[in-house]
Amino acid sequence: MKKIFVQEEWCLGCRLCEYYCANANLGNGDMAKTLKGKKIHPCIRVEDDGRISFAVACRHCEEPLCKKGCITGAISVVDGVVRIDQNKCVGCYTCILSCPYGAVVPSEFGVVQKCELCLQNTGGTPSCAAHCPNQAILFTDEEVPA
Amino acid sequence: MKHVIIGNSAAAIGCVEGIRRQSRRDEIVLIASEAHHSYSRPLISYYLAGRTDLQRIKYRPDSFYKENNVTAMLGETVTALDPAKKTAVLQTGKSIGYDKLLVATGSSPVVFPAEGLEQVAHLRTFTTLEDALYLEQAVRPQSRVLIIGAGLIGLKCAEGLLGRAASVTVVDLAPRVLSSILSAKPAAIMQEHLRQHGIRFCLGTSAAKFYRYRDAYHAQLQDGETIAFDHLIYAAGVRANSSLVKEAGGETNRGIVVDAFSRTSLPDIYAAGDCTESLDVSSGERKVMALLPNAYLQGEAAGQHMAAAGGSPRSFSEAIPMNAIGFFGKHILSAGTYPSGEEIEVFEEEDGEGGYRCFYFNKAENRLAGYILIEHPVCAGIYTALVRERTPLTAEQFARLRENPGLIAFSPEVRAAVLRKKEAQA
Ligand SMILES: Cc1cc2nc3c(=O)[nH]c(=O)nc-3n(C[C@H](O)[C@H](O)[C@H](O)COP(=O)(O)OP(=O)(O)OC[C@H]3O[C@@H](n4cnc5c(N)ncnc54)[C@H](O)[C@@H]3O)c2cc1C
Repeated sequence: MKKIFVQEEWCLGCRLCEYYCANANLGNGDMAKTLKGKKIHPCIRVEDDGRISFAVACRHCEEPLCKKGCITGAISVVDGVVRIDQNKCVGCYTCILSCPYGAVVPSEFGVVQKCELCLQNTGGTPSCAAHCPNQAILFTDEEVPA
Repeated sequence: MKHVIIGNSAAAIGCVEGIRRQSRRDEIVLIASEAHHSYSRPLISYYLAGRTDLQRIKYRPDSFYKENNVTAMLGETVTALDPAKKTAVLQTGKSIGYDKLLVATGSSPVVFPAEGLEQVAHLRTFTTLEDALYLEQAVRPQSRVLIIGAGLIGLKCAEGLLGRAASVTVVDLAPRVLSSILSAKPAAIMQEHLRQHGIRFCLGTSAAKFYRYRDAYHAQLQDGETIAFDHLIYAAGVRANSSLVKEAGGETNRGIVVDAFSRTSLPDIYAAGDCTESLDVSSGERKVMALLPNAYLQGEAAGQHMAAAGGSPRSFSEAIPMNAIGFFGKHILSAGTYPSGEEIEVFEEEDGEGGYRCFYFNKAENRLAGYILIEHPVCAGIYTALVRERTPLTAEQFARLRENPGLIAFSPEVRAAVLRKKEAQA
């Protein structure tokens, strides 16, 4: 299964991935029109301390604590992708409490959101990886050597 | 191999899924007193508030039992276990044989006796879907609701009923709300928030007696105040349903005693969830950690062990108290324990906008023992993992993490294991 892998030595800290992610979640319209001047709500997060930077998004764990701990049964694993049923979720934040990587976040629409590999918007080509200018974010089958 | 599971909630479902990870073929029989399809117990207050419905409250899809090839005997109660004959005896007198058995019977609410309590016809506890369905019918816009207990269940009930009733008053012997998960300051923040939404509190007191006068019930409190009410909800605590194991000769304490594989002291009998007592790795103490994520994980570990020939290498040894709960949009996230003592450094701060963060750092062991966040939920799971894994932290690392929870505080090797590997290993 293809997943997102991140090579921090290639990350420029430009945060384009955050913008592309937020825009994909809002329907992939004209990015400038959709996002300019707004607080964005991406599922991917860039960590940056001025020296190093890298992006973090859901790892689609084989032992997903978010799914196991979900009090409503709204999180399931479909073909290896950890997905949230927004219709069932009540926004209790137990998944946010459980994810060791900080990859589940409150959503601007009231409940929670996480990376679902763009299955729900661009049909499965993660926008962050597609638009990373330096290929620091890869969407592949292969692990990335450390 | 035939597995019998008693219960149909988080721990039982975790067990079904754990068994099925090991074996598609083993036989599974699931027996539960409640006649409903598996539902999310914590959502019963959301149901009253109109935030879920009878379809969405289901913990697993309608197809769950069929897809997992489970024979579900819903509406049946187990009254005894016979570990020698390896049978579970039903109320109907029927015996069901097993090779491995899981007790996932959860907990039951306790009602302490008080003078006149037996006269209160409209007394209810609040732990089942039946309770929610009853209250949905019984509580009217003119009803005055009195809730005994300002813990998690009492306050969730108060939140769920507020929009349906004329008034909701909560009484608790403890001087603060949510005393089992919050220290004084965050409790005061939450109490004020709940008060602003219209919930009335009488704390540090209890109902000395109940009586009926004219058309209403009355509770006379220890501190002299009298409260008139139409519905009484008793939410003063729950007790583990451990009697099946106890009566069969198994070891029980405040809950059924289990090891890291969820095994009881009886051969081939496992137990998981709210009915058990297990090790809290954040404090090293044994306790009942009656929370849904623990119930699921414990049930799953039990299932994997039950179905694996020679036992599964997976075990559940990393239980900690952890809780995410929100009231009227304000969220509390907490995990671990809040110890005091010389070796504990407490970092507490309010953000001036109703948010709060507090960390309990163990200086002797260089690790985070516990935390409480009101609002500021982002990346909280990073703190939870630090508590659960007892990750050694330098003072500098902890200071960075406190300011900014993230993977950046860790070494490049740790980050690479998370971000470059297929199965993240943190
Ligand atoms: C109002 C409320 C709000 C909550 N909110 C939260 C929350 O926000 N977060 C959180 O983590 N936890 C919360 N909890 C706690 C959570 O619901 C429990 O931790 C969880 O349900 C435990 O699951 P369990 O499988 O161990 O047992 P239970 O859910 O108690 O289920 C026990 C099962 O066993 C069956 N049973 C019992 N005895 C027998 C018998 N003799 N024979 C046959 N069947 C039997 C019952 O019918 C039931 O199916 C809340 C609880 C309540 C009541």
